[in-house]
Amino acid sequence: MTDNSLTSELGALGYDAALESASLARLQPSYGLFIDGQFTEPSRHQQFTSINPATEETIATVAMASSSDVDVAVASARRAYNKVWSKTSGAERAKYLYRIARLIQERSRELAVVETLDNGKPIRETRDIDVPLAAAYFFYYAGWADKLEYAGYGPNPQPVGVAGQIIPWNFPLLMAAWKLAPALAAGNTCVLKPAETTPLSALILAEILQQAGLPEGVVNIVTGDGTTGAALVDHPGVDKIAFTGSTEVGRLIQERVAPTSKRLTLELGGKGANIVFDDAPIDEVIEGIIDGIFYNQGHVCCAGSRLLVQESVADEVLRRLLRRVDQLRVGNPMDKNTDVGAINSAAQLERIRELSNWGEQEGATRYTSSCDLPAKGYWFAPTVFANVAQSHRIAREEIFGPVLSVLTFRTPEEAIAKANNSKYGLACGVWSEKGSRTLWVAQRLRAGVIWANTYNKFDPTSPFGGVRESGFGREGGRHGLEAYLDV
Amino acid sequence: MSERLDVKKTYKLVVNGAFPRSESGRSYEVMTADGKFLANVAQASRKDLREAVVAARSAQVKWWNATAYNRGQVMYRWAEMAEGRRAELVEHVQLAEGVKKSEAQRSVARAIDRIVWYAGWTDKATQVLGGANPVAGPFFNFSLPIPSGVIGVIAPQESSLEGFVEAVAAPICVGNAVVALASERRPTPAVVLAEMTATADFPGGVLNVLTGCTSELAPHLATHEDVDGLDVSGGAELGDELALLAAGSIKRVYRPRVNDVGNSLRRLRTFVETSTVWHTIGQ
Repeated sequence: MTDNSLTSELGALGYDAALESASLARLQPSYGLFIDGQFTEPSRHQQFTSINPATEETIATVAMASSSDVDVAVASARRAYNKVWSKTSGAERAKYLYRIARLIQERSRELAVVETLDNGKPIRETRDIDVPLAAAYFFYYAGWADKLEYAGYGPNPQPVGVAGQIIPWNFPLLMAAWKLAPALAAGNTCVLKPAETTPLSALILAEILQQAGLPEGVVNIVTGDGTTGAALVDHPGVDKIAFTGSTEVGRLIQERVAPTSKRLTLELGGKGANIVFDDAPIDEVIEGIIDGIFYNQGHVCCAGSRLLVQESVADEVLRRLLRRVDQLRVGNPMDKNTDVGAINSAAQLERIRELSNWGEQEGATRYTSSCDLPAKGYWFAPTVFANVAQSHRIAREEIFGPVLSVLTFRTPEEAIAKANNSKYGLACGVWSEKGSRTLWVAQRLRAGVIWANTYNKFDPTSPFGGVRESGFGREGGRHGLEAYLDV
Repeated sequence: MSERLDVKKTYKLVVNGAFPRSESGRSYEVMTADGKFLANVAQASRKDLREAVVAARSAQVKWWNATAYNRGQVMYRWAEMAEGRRAELVEHVQLAEGVKKSEAQRSVARAIDRIVWYAGWTDKATQVLGGANPVAGPFFNFSLPIPSGVIGVIAPQESSLEGFVEAVAAPICVGNAVVALASERRPTPAVVLAEMTATADFPGGVLNVLTGCTSELAPHLATHEDVDGLDVSGGAELGDELALLAAGSIKRVYRPRVNDVGNSLRRLRTFVETSTVWHTIGQ
């Protein structure tokens, strides 16, 4: 991308590219399944490639786990549960988790590079958010392992057993940490299924588990596609399923699990409302809106994808927002100056295009960043739709991309009504200088997470999860333990 | 002079604080445990169920907007009303379950005590299930349990009063509204107890009780898009099917487990959502 194309004054100043070195990734050409503490060949010798979505180049080949591989992985997890992990004291489990946290920190730059290459998200985000937070989740839950009786679930809470965990492609390493850390702290063993398009950081994590000396079989990692996930969901040897992904797939999983005694937690889609009142500090608001929807290319289930602006400031907010959108640096994710990276896959790009086209067809006003997009790879310019009606598809459906829908409101009551007018209920933002109003709004929003004068903040101590069709169960905090305890 | 003839009661539905017959005009015969005619009870239809859900949705907002202290007072008053009509409840439990009078008395006593127990949770669940979270940043971050919304309850079939109380009082005490299907063959204790909510200052519609055919009504409750959670305790062999139907709208589903003993809060936890607020700290 050439800086001349940027229309803003700031953009015109330009930056030289500040590229992170891809060689830091130290990737191997191919990876097997991580079962019983070893990398093993899949039974059918099937493999698939993981590509860099910013370049469409293959970066590694990974094994495709069949149902018989899942079988072996579950048997390994069961054996480890019965023979080792259920007999390992909480204090000892804690020390394994602390080790893992430290090893993630030690290999943080490598993990950040792998994640950016595999996912397409900017190196600034993987370096400053994904990887440090992954370590933080292991640190936090490590301390719970020997304190479970204080967690509020009775005097002697027991683990569930073998947990099957299926994670998405938007935060591959972080989601692995969200799943594994509480499960292991609570005393479960795990079979983790990374997303098809982003399996690599989980396999580096497997190396870290080896370095930590985690007993064999306590964590097994089976790479593959939806059929691998389905085999895990249906496996009779699994006691608990934890899934993060789309509401469509979550619904199928809930149906599959319904006639069984398996426990289930679901962290699904969202259509977060970001509510801006007229007294909010506008500079912070603009940055908050940007963080809310363009962070991680909008591949965030809790993204603030519906902006609700009070009518009296709507023109001013939109004008300044569009100017800021034009300044976003879109391009090579390995460039430390990049704000918005590549769309994760061709399929996701197609979905974003389709829904954006619907936005135009249904009569919303489209603004697209004037940034240049690289010739190769999957890219979508940051996009804002104004004059959006609640009935428009772009106001109702999760786009999971850098596309913002702007609606307006007059009164706080109207803001609440519009924010809650969704089958989802994952996250919302509220922007106002008036604390009493913020809390009044927060009390009435049907959402699992509410950010007041901030957006897209995550912390291991803070429970995260949805209401309604955004799923059930919490990850993070004391509440996150409940998903992995027999209580 | 002949013996006085009893004034028999017609058993109707409890919907939105009123006592309607089924809009379908249907009723069904309910027998005592020893096989004698007890009453013609209203047989609710799908339309009755939908109206009950509408009533519950609107009542839930009022119920949750009341203070926790007030919700506790109202639930405690429900126990007071039940205490005053213990003899009637005992008679119904005895007839419905076929137990000895002494056992029916103990069962009613336990049921009332359980309402008192749940009344006390109204202003404690927030503290016990919520908390402050020490996030690494300049934020005051706290988590609160908020009600899931409207909960469908398929009340236990055998335990006509105690089972019913357990299933409805848990979701109600944390701010939900309930649409309950009473035990199909033993419905009258639940109806009598639910009638008492009218004199306990509940907003109409917080507890709605339908009588009728479980296998006819329960699937509609499970698939209703405006029902947020489902307790399938009384679903028996329908349980798997109901849990599957509930997945269509990602409902929270409570199914009994062997380790749900004593004062387990699992039912209560199933029907609350942890809502976490991040509030900036700054000058």
